[in-house]
Amino acid sequence: MPQEPTENTTLGHASRWLGQLQGMGPVIGLVVLCVVGTLLNSNFATLDNITNVLTRTAFIGIIAVGMCFVIVSGGIDLSVGSMAALIAGSVILAMNQLAPVLGTPVGTVVMGMALALVLGAAFGLAHGLLITKGRIEPFIVTLGTLGIFRAYLTYFSNGGAITLDNELTDVYSPVYYGSVAGIPIPVWVFLAVALLGSVILNRTTFGRYVQAIGSNEQVARYAAVDVDRVKVLTYVLLGVCVGIATLLYVPRLGSASPTTGLLWELEAIAAVIVGGTALKGGAGTITGTVVGAVLLSVISNILNLTSIISVYLNAAVQGFVIIAVAFMQRSKR
Amino acid sequence: MKKITRRLALTAVAMAALGSAPSFAQNKVVLGVSIPAATHSFMAGVVFWANQAKAELEKANPGLEVIVKTASGSPEQANQLQDLLTVNKINALVVLPFESAALTKPVAQLKGKGVYVTVVDRGLTDTSAQDAYVAPNNTTFGEVPAAYIGKALGGKGNVVVLRGIASNVDNERNDAFNAGLKAFPGIKVLDAKYGNWNRDDAFKVMQDYLTRFPQIDAVWAADDDMSVGVLKAIDQAKRTDIKLVFGGAGAKGSIKTLMDGSDPRIQANVSYSPKFIYDAVKMTAEARLKGAKLPANTIIPSVLITKDTARNFYFPNSPF
Repeated sequence: MPQEPTENTTLGHASRWLGQLQGMGPVIGLVVLCVVGTLLNSNFATLDNITNVLTRTAFIGIIAVGMCFVIVSGGIDLSVGSMAALIAGSVILAMNQLAPVLGTPVGTVVMGMALALVLGAAFGLAHGLLITKGRIEPFIVTLGTLGIFRAYLTYFSNGGAITLDNELTDVYSPVYYGSVAGIPIPVWVFLAVALLGSVILNRTTFGRYVQAIGSNEQVARYAAVDVDRVKVLTYVLLGVCVGIATLLYVPRLGSASPTTGLLWELEAIAAVIVGGTALKGGAGTITGTVVGAVLLSVISNILNLTSIISVYLNAAVQGFVIIAVAFMQRSKR
Repeated sequence: MKKITRRLALTAVAMAALGSAPSFAQNKVVLGVSIPAATHSFMAGVVFWANQAKAELEKANPGLEVIVKTASGSPEQANQLQDLLTVNKINALVVLPFESAALTKPVAQLKGKGVYVTVVDRGLTDTSAQDAYVAPNNTTFGEVPAAYIGKALGGKGNVVVLRGIASNVDNERNDAFNAGLKAFPGIKVLDAKYGNWNRDDAFKVMQDYLTRFPQIDAVWAADDDMSVGVLKAIDQAKRTDIKLVFGGAGAKGSIKTLMDGSDPRIQANVSYSPKFIYDAVKMTAEARLKGAKLPANTIIPSVLITKDTARNFYFPNSPF
C-alpha cells in the first residue's frame, strides 16, 4: 500500500529525525560492539589492538570505497578478491624478475607498486567496457572474471605459493609494518582513500552523475549524462582501489597463493551495504562504508579475543550482526 | 532394499572378476588417478606427486597406462569417475575422494564394474566400496607435536593452537594433540581457533592471541602455511616469549628453514607429505601388474622431522 505523502511539517521533522537515526545504524552497531568488546576483554580497547584491527581493515576498506561507487551507480563487482590475488601474484613474479635486471631493490619495489595500480586500472577498464559496450550484466561479467583471475593465479603458482625474494621483502615490508606519527601506514592510506572517495562522490560532477545513474539510468541519459563513460570510470576506480589494497597486502606476508583474497568480494559488498548503501544503487555514503568495514573486522576480532562462543559459530555471529545492523536502517529507502 | 543392492553389487563384482580374469593374464593395466584440483599448496603437492608417479611408472612398465584427473568439487569428481570407466576403460583406480559421503556411491559403482579400487587419505563411508585403503596418519600428526612441545617446554607452559578447517581430519588431529598433552599436566592450552590452513587468517588469529595472552611459550600452528602467518604476527608484535612454533606437513619452505636453522623458533616438524599419493599409485600399479592385491589398510605414519632428518623430507621441485 503506497502511503499518503505527509504534508504536515511536524511529521516531516519527525520522519527526518527518524531517517537520521536510521542512517546512524552502523555507527550505533559499532559503538555497541566496542562496548561489548571492552567488557569481554580489557585488552580490546588498547592502542595495539585498535591499530591491529584498523590495519587489517585497510584492505577490505579500501576495496569497499571503490565498491561503493560501483554499487551506487547500480552495478556490482564479484571479482575483487580474485583480482587482488592475481595482481598480488603478478606483482611478486614481476618484482622477482626485475630485481636482478634493475639492480636496485627500492626501484624494483616502486615499479611493482606502479604495476599493481596499472593492472588494477586495466582489469577495471575491461570490466567497464564489457558491461557498457558489450552490454553484459555486471553480475555475469565479474562472475566470469572471478573464475578467470583466480585460475590464472593458480596456474602461475602451480597451485602453491608465489613468494617474494627475501631482499625485496626487507625493503618492502615497512609499507605494511611501518608507521607514521604512531599510526600504521595502511591506516593512513585507508584514510586518504576514504577522504578522497568522499570528496569525489559528494563534491564533484562525476560523483553526482554516479548517483544519478544509480537512481534512474534512463533519466540520466535524457539529462545528457554520458552514462557509459561514467560507468566505465566507476569500474576503473574500483580496479585502482584493488591495486592500492594489493600493494599494501603484498608486504604483509610477501606471498600470494590460491587462497589469497578468498571471499574479499563478499566482505567488501557487505561493508558497503552494512554501511547504509542501497544494493540497487542511487544513494550511499563513504563514511557508512568505512564504518561498515571496521564493524565487520571488529566482530572477528572480538571473537578471537574471547572464548565464550563456540568457534563453530563464528560465521553465525557475523551473520547476526550484519542482519541486525541492516534491520536498524531497513526503512531508509 | 539396501541388502538387495549390496547383494546385486556383490554379484556384479563376482561376475566382473570372472569376466576380467583373462585381461589380467595380459597384464595390461589402465590406472585412473582421481584427485582434487590444486586449489591450495598441499593439493598442488598431491597433483605434482601424482604426475611424478605417472611419469616414472609408465617409463618403467610398458604395460601400464596412468590417467590423472583433477576435480574441483564432488559432482565433478563423480562425473570424471564415470568418464574414466566408460571412455578410458580403466581397470584400476586410485582415488582421493573430495568428500567421503558424496563419493562412496560413485566409487562403489566402479568397483561393481570390476575396477580395482584403492582409496587414499579420506576414507569412504562404506568400506565395501574399496579394495584397499592407503592413508597418512592424522592421529600421529597430532601426537608428535604434543610430545615434542611437552618435552621442549619441560612439561610446563602456555600453548596456543591454530586449527585448520572444521573437518574430520582436523578433529582427529586436534583430539590426538589434546590427548598427547595429557601426559604433561603442567602445559595449558590457552585457546584453539580456526586459521583455515591459510596464511592470512592465521596472521589475524595470532595477532589476537598476542593481544589477549601476555605469556605464550609455544604455538602449535598445525600446518606450515599457517606457521608463516604466525611467525609474521609474532615478529610484528616484537614478542620474545614464544620459544617454539610447530607447523606440520613438511612444506618445502619450512623444511628449508629447519635444515638451515635460520629461525630458532622452528625446531621440528611432522611429516604429512602429499607424496602419499605417489606411494599409493606405485603400490597399486605394481600389485595389479602382477595380478596381486594390496593389504586392506596401509597407514603411512606421520613422523617427527628434526634438523638432522630434514634433508630426507626436502623436495625443492614440488610446489608444496
